[in-house]
Parts: sequence; C-alpha cells; structure tokens
Amino acid sequence: MTFAEPIAGVRRQVPLLAGLIGLAVIVLAIAFLSITVGARPVTLDTVWAALTAYDPNSTDHRIIWELRLPRTVVGLLVGAALGLAGAVLQGATRNPLADPSILGIHAGAALFVVLGVAVLGISQLSLYVWLAFAGAGAAMLAVYAIASVGREGATPIKLALAGSAMTAALQSIVSAILLTSPRTLDEVRFWQVGSLAGRSMDVVVQVAPFLAIGIVLALASGRMLDGLSMGEDVARALGQNVRRSRAIAGLAAVILAGASTAAAGPIAFVGLTVPHVARAITGPNYRWILPYSMLLAPILLLGADILGRIIAPPGEVQVGIVTAFLGAPFFIALVRRRKLATL
Amino acid sequence: MTLALDQSAIVRSIRGRLALRRRGVTLGLALALALAFALSLYLGDYPVAPADVLRSLFSPLTGEINKGVDFIVLNVRVPRAVLAVLTGMSFALSGITFQTLLRNPLASPDIIGISHGASASAVFCIIVFGMSGLWVSFGAFAGAILTALAIYGLAWRNGVTAYRVVLIGIGMAAIMSAVMSYLFTRARLFEVQQALAWLIGSLNAANAADIYPLALALVVLIPLTIALVRTLDAMQLGDDTATALGARVEFSRLGLILAAVGYAAFATAAVGPVGFVAFVAGPIARRLLNGAGNGFLQAALVGALVMLGSDMVAQHALPSIQLPVGVVTGVFGALFLLWLLMASNRAGRVN
Repeated sequence: MTFAEPIAGVRRQVPLLAGLIGLAVIVLAIAFLSITVGARPVTLDTVWAALTAYDPNSTDHRIIWELRLPRTVVGLLVGAALGLAGAVLQGATRNPLADPSILGIHAGAALFVVLGVAVLGISQLSLYVWLAFAGAGAAMLAVYAIASVGREGATPIKLALAGSAMTAALQSIVSAILLTSPRTLDEVRFWQVGSLAGRSMDVVVQVAPFLAIGIVLALASGRMLDGLSMGEDVARALGQNVRRSRAIAGLAAVILAGASTAAAGPIAFVGLTVPHVARAITGPNYRWILPYSMLLAPILLLGADILGRIIAPPGEVQVGIVTAFLGAPFFIALVRRRKLATL
Repeated sequence: MTLALDQSAIVRSIRGRLALRRRGVTLGLALALALAFALSLYLGDYPVAPADVLRSLFSPLTGEINKGVDFIVLNVRVPRAVLAVLTGMSFALSGITFQTLLRNPLASPDIIGISHGASASAVFCIIVFGMSGLWVSFGAFAGAILTALAIYGLAWRNGVTAYRVVLIGIGMAAIMSAVMSYLFTRARLFEVQQALAWLIGSLNAANAADIYPLALALVVLIPLTIALVRTLDAMQLGDDTATALGARVEFSRLGLILAAVGYAAFATAAVGPVGFVAFVAGPIARRLLNGAGNGFLQAALVGALVMLGSDMVAQHALPSIQLPVGVVTGVFGALFLLWLLMASNRAGRVN
C-alpha cells in the first residue's frame, strides 16, 4: 500500500533528514556531556582515558564506568523509549493527551512497586525493575481487555477512558497503602519522582532487550499510524487491517513504557510533550514524527539530568522534576507560538 | 406534502422518546440520591432509629429536643451528607463543563492542571509554612484560581482554542506536580504524610462552616452555567457555526471557564482534591442518557451520588478504619466507569 506523495513532500524530505542527522549529533554531544559533568570534576583527558584505557585502580575511571556511563545509557534508552511510546500512543489513539500515564501503565508499575515494598519488604532497586515491569504489563493488558469488550473493539476513546479509570482506581489503592504505611511512603516517594541515578549496568542489561524490541516495533509502525491518523474508515478503505495496526502499536507502547518505567521510575511529561514538539517540526507524517521523537526525548531527558546534578549542590534534583520545570515552559511557549497540528 | 408530514411526525416521535428517556434517567438518579442521603443519616456507629432521625430533622420546627441524638444527626451526619452532595455536584459540573467546552473526555480539572494548582499550593502551605486547617483550604483555592488564570492567559492569542487550553493545561499540571514532588523529596516524613492526607481528600472533618462558602458559590455559579449552556450546545458545532447561529462564543467560553474553575476551586477548598468525581460524572451521565440531552443536570446528580456513596463506603465498609473518601471515589468511580464501558457495546462516544 503506497500513498501517492505530492511533489512538495519529496522536497521537504531533504531538510527533515538533515534535521534528523543534526539531532543525532546533539544526542551524542549531550551523552558525552553527561559522562563529563557531575559532582566530582573530571577532566576531558581523564574521560577519554577512562573510555579507551580503563584503569580499575583510578577513582575517576571507576566513577565514569560505574556511575556516569550506566546513568547516561539509561537516560538515552529511557528517553528514546518515552518519546516513541508517547508518539505511538498519540497516533494510535488519535488523542493529544495520550501517554503512558493515561493508559494506566505508570499506575500499574507504581502499584506493584508499592505492594512489593509494603508487603514483601523489598528495597532493592534491581527488584523494583521487575515489579514495575510486571505491573505495567498487567495494567495495560487489563486496560486493553476492558476497552476491547463490545462491538467496536478497542477504540481510541475507550482505551483512553479505560486507562484513566484504571489509573484512578490503582492510584487510590496506592494512596491507601502509602497513608497506612509510613515506611513504604518513605521508600517510594523517591522512586515515584523518576530518576536516572543509582542505576547499575545490570539494570541496563535487564531492560535493553525489551527496549530494543519496542523501538523496532514502534519505528516500524509509522506507516500504519499514518493510515490510522486519517480515520478508521479511510484506513480500512486503503486496505489496512485497523485492529492489527492498533494491536502492534499498543504492544510497542506497552513494552517501551513498561521497560522505561522499570528502569527509571514513572517519568511523566516527556512522552506526552515530545511528540507535539516533533509534530511542530515535521508536520503530520508519522514516519518523521517517530524518529524525531526518538531523538528529541533523550536530549530533553539527559539535559534535564545534567542540570539536576549541578543545580542544587551538594544534592541532586531528580530528573523527573527537572524535565517538568525545564520542559514545561518551553512546551507552553511552543504551544503559544505555533499553530500546532491537531490530531 | 405527505412526506413532510411523515418526517415531522418521525422527528416528533424521536424527540418524545428522548424527552422520556431524559426524564426517566433524571428521576432515577434523583431517587437514588434521596435514598443515599436518607441512608447516610441513618448509618453510623451511634445507632439512631429512623423515626428518631426524622424527629431530629424536624426538631427546629416542633421544638422536641433530644440532645444526644440531635447532635449526632444535625451536627455530624447532616453537614457531612450535605457537603458530600454539594462537593460531588461541584466537581461533576466542573468536569462536564471542561469536557464539553474542550471537546475531550479527558479534559477534566484533575487532568488539565486546575487540581494540580490547588494541590501544589496547599502542599506548599503545609510543608513550607507549616499551616493547617482553613488556611490550607484558602491556599488551595488561591492556587486553583491563579493556575486557571495562568492557563487562560497563556492560551490567549486572538481568542482561545480548546486545543491550546488543553495542552497548556498539561504543561501547567506537569510544573505543579513537579513542585509537589520536589517538596515531597525535601520534606520530613511527617509533613509528607500530612500533605498526602490532604491530597487524597476527605470528609472526615466536615462541619457546617465548610458548607456556607460552597453553597454561596453554587447559588451564583449554577444560574451562570444554566444561562451559558445553550451557547455550549451551539459551540459543539464549531466556533464559526456557533457565531453564525448568533452565539457570543468568546464571551460564553470565558464565562463557562470561570464557572468551571469556580466549581473546582470551591469544592477543592472544602474537602481537598477528591479525585475522579469530576472526570467520571459526565461520561456516566451521558452514557445513561444515550444522546438524550447534554447531561449537565444528570452529571451533577451522578457526582453527588458518587461522592455520597463513596463516603458511606469509606466510613462503614471496614470496621475500625475510616478511609478518606478520595481513596474510595477512585476505586468506586473507576469500577463503575469500567463497567459502563464494558456494558455498552456501542462505540465509546462521550462527546
């Protein structure tokens, strides 16, 4: 199935591709910055030496390998995952407010983590990962099952409503547990903000395969999302299997959102807003929106993380807080200045 | 000629059927609410016979005084039930106004930043200034109004479009949530618990003094809403069509936004940001009506019913534990909405 592209479309592709390459360069630069900037000043030479000739006896080298590198990799992966998950969900549900937190994914992850802490007494981050992943998957499956009941199947609006309802229900249970268990509240209030700090390479290794699958699925669904964005009837008339398209997109979003929540906690706002920024640059074509979202989101996330390290010494401000403070004003300015494409 | 007659007859019969359905739904909801209200005066740890409840209610007229029973009924249960009904209505009307105005079923005040503004302001008052009680309510009220003004001001560019309000609202919600999260990670555990308790929303401290500001606000806001709802029906057709039909779109929209913010702010100041009532009332009312009307009146009844029912469950479901009502509205309202979604095998049309 091919769309007859207007000639102007071809002419737009060149600057869009150049922009994509430019963004990739910025991502690399910010990743390098993320390895060099921190509470302990490390010179560029030392960074280079640590990356090329690792010396386990040097404290600087160990800081870079054991703290900053995992943190940077988690930031890159989680950022890409959040940006893609948001874009895919918005495209598949045709709702500008769709993001992992609307579909109950964050709430499911939070509930399982809170239960794990309160009931099983778990307090290791590496175990949080699996709890969060299981919770995200369970919540999303439940939401999808509820939304699919009935003649029409899982329409976007039913998905969004079911997700919001599920989120509210699960959050209430979380609140009840946190109110009755101060110990759990004390543990979880730091996880709930979302942070890239303190993740070891084990976490990266655990979630990387999921993220890889999710990223491939999401990038492959661009053409389907373009079809869906014209409305179900048009998509059907063009020979698309709407149910299958939505299932694939939904699966990609669950894997990405679940794995990223597992790795870094429930980071709101990135998945919601980055696709709107991407759309403002690229126009309504999802084959461009997806890769742009995938590169813009890690820039926001790592940039926020770096800022959080230096903004309030000696402590750090968690990345989830900084993304909101940094990203929201920018996002609001963008909404004010441009005529954003409606979905 | 006969064709025209046929058609007008069809239109008349459809209108008749819709009116019948509207009346049926409204009456059913009103009855359920009356029952719930009666039940809430009767239920409780201190047993009062139904006859004694009635006697207490009429005691100001009859002069029959029974100190203990009168205190329980008139000073504890009646204020609590009245406050539940009024706040439920307010949250519901706020929600359905935003949802209709912004043409998005997700655009309730608990998503587009109004509730977040109230909450962040209240948490700031609790954690930074160490305030409690009425001052926190005042802070929440101010926070809701200021956030709404900021959203409206930022969304204004030769008029406001629904889409811009929703997106900027989300941005504001994110900033306000970040403020709260930051305060939570920097505060002592005890303060965090206090703030959390307020954030969940509760009727446990309800008294007659909380009712007056809210009741006064409703006396002003409800007529305003009734006056502007007609334009809202026209606005559903798009701004241009509505203008052509003679609706003063921008003026009405500002009025309705003000009313919707007012409902949310006064209700939040009275009982805290009880989640989900605003979000769920409109969709439930519209699903019950099935296209027979815009659902404002019915949504208000649904909101009151959800709040009152949830509060009864919160008080009496678990012996020895009084849950905050916000915990129950989330579960209760959510389950009901999910059931509705599953029960109706039509497309999930809300707007």
